[in-house]
Amino acid sequence: MSDPTRMTAAALADALACGDLSSEQVTRAHLDRIEAVDETIGAYLHVSGESALAQARAVDERRAKGEDLHRLAGVPIAVKDVMTTTGIPTTAGSKMLQGWVPPYDATVVAKLKAAGLPILGKTNMDEFAMGSSTEHSAFGPTRNPWDLDRTPGGSGGGSSAAVSSWQAPFATGTDTGGSIRQPAALTGSVGVKPTYGAMSRYGLIAMASSLDQAGPCARTVMDTALLHEVMAGHDPLDSTSIDAPVPDVVGAARRADVSGMRVGIVKELTGQGFAPQVQARFDEAVQHLVDAGAEVVEVSCPNFVYALGAYYLIMPSEASSNLARFDAMRYGLRVGPQGVDAPSAEQVMAASRDAGFGAEVKRRIILGTYALSSGYYDAYYGNAQKVRRLIADDFARAFETADVLVSPTAPTTAFRFGEKTSDPTAMYAGDIATIPANLAGLPGMSLPSGLAEDGLPAGFQVLAPAMADDRLYTVGAALEQRLVSAWGGQLLQQAPDLATTKGA
Amino acid sequence: MADLSRDDVAHLASLARIDLSGAELDTMVGELGQIITSVEAVQQAPIADVTPMSHPMPITNVTRPDEVRPSLTPQEALAGAPDSELSRFAVPRILTED
Repeated sequence: MSDPTRMTAAALADALACGDLSSEQVTRAHLDRIEAVDETIGAYLHVSGESALAQARAVDERRAKGEDLHRLAGVPIAVKDVMTTTGIPTTAGSKMLQGWVPPYDATVVAKLKAAGLPILGKTNMDEFAMGSSTEHSAFGPTRNPWDLDRTPGGSGGGSSAAVSSWQAPFATGTDTGGSIRQPAALTGSVGVKPTYGAMSRYGLIAMASSLDQAGPCARTVMDTALLHEVMAGHDPLDSTSIDAPVPDVVGAARRADVSGMRVGIVKELTGQGFAPQVQARFDEAVQHLVDAGAEVVEVSCPNFVYALGAYYLIMPSEASSNLARFDAMRYGLRVGPQGVDAPSAEQVMAASRDAGFGAEVKRRIILGTYALSSGYYDAYYGNAQKVRRLIADDFARAFETADVLVSPTAPTTAFRFGEKTSDPTAMYAGDIATIPANLAGLPGMSLPSGLAEDGLPAGFQVLAPAMADDRLYTVGAALEQRLVSAWGGQLLQQAPDLATTKGA
Repeated sequence: MADLSRDDVAHLASLARIDLSGAELDTMVGELGQIITSVEAVQQAPIADVTPMSHPMPITNVTRPDEVRPSLTPQEALAGAPDSELSRFAVPRILTED
């Protein structure tokens, strides 16, 4: 039997079902891998080894008794630290919540537990999911397994790096402006942002409520589909959750047939502004789809040029409102202002928010406060909401001539630590291809398209109309089949071996 | 670059209830000005007569029957509190002496 950490979630599920492996063996193998390499990668903020093994043993006992289990029961998973977990600390990458153990599970976490997936731990992230590099975590950065001097992208860099360094078969993420898809692109893994409302936001520590969306991260399109199926569905605890059947994403991934499908290349999301080698891998991937029987059409979305501006007004506006809950009164950090006897609640609040929030979070809260302030509201927030409508209309027109839209996921491969931290607008520009889908609430997938000349992975993005998430999986799986065949195996098998520090 | 002064940023920080140090204020004036200049592009968009879209999905308010259901115990609710007293959140003084 092969090393369980090198197997896909689908293969692990099969091996567990036929008794070739136990969940305890699989879970322990991943915990050993975490111990061996995570000091180098920094993918996890908290490893919950004992509870994961207890969950694994419970699944093994139920299977031994012949109980009818979920097909993924016993396959371990990593959870982004923005999702609340009972009994496991949840920090959202912030000092503000250091040591906080939530009294309830996020709905998506409850679904993972109900399906019998042992939780390996909580993955690192930019503080409150604000960032595109995982450098803004209060607990140190995550490193890209392909090159330790480079970021894994963000904000879900921990989840993507855990998956791409064989420390978890799959993981959960959240995507507000690209936080699942962009790190997937930079680490050579697969990430999906479902239709807004397709997965519950209950128990996700909110950044921007009209944009945040939970989704799956994995190494293959089929594994993301399997996890998507577990996480999705209506939740009465989330008033924005869609009460409609979940598309058959697993069936779509299995079908992988794009013959006759119209694939739209978004003119504004290719060419200028994208690194030549990223563009070259994209062009080759499009040719693979053509070879598989797809028809390529060019579509224009002229208002996408305003998407970045609209996003960086709407997101901080909603974030400034959502993060008002961190007031040092009911949970989280509380510190008093220096040199003040018997400080007021307001003074304690201001001192705690200064001590608990990092620079990027403060910047966005203050930007949001500005955008919502009297006299500027119409010029900034109001106009941004109008641009949002223009972008949704652009998508609607494009989907009249195309079944799916495609683009490179990110303009470049992984960048070096510190390369963009001094220039926030340069960092923000990295999300240019992912943000439009968040503004319009549409589903998107990133999968690897190959290596650029710097030896680092490039990402291929597929976008679909709302509630047509299954199309992402059909196109993604068809492309993956052809690329894996051309590469002679998964792209991740070309990643450099990581030095092990202990336990291996 | 947007015309945002150090006093403006200090005022915004006070509205957002964040004590910023002098050095943080200095850094933020430059950064915010740069960001605001870049996002001002939305004002160039063809938005005349466009209806704003506040949310990606057409949603209506959702209600549930007003029934007593299990919820957190006081101990669970207080477990993460910075301070508590007599099964309540203990907070710093709210009223000033003025």
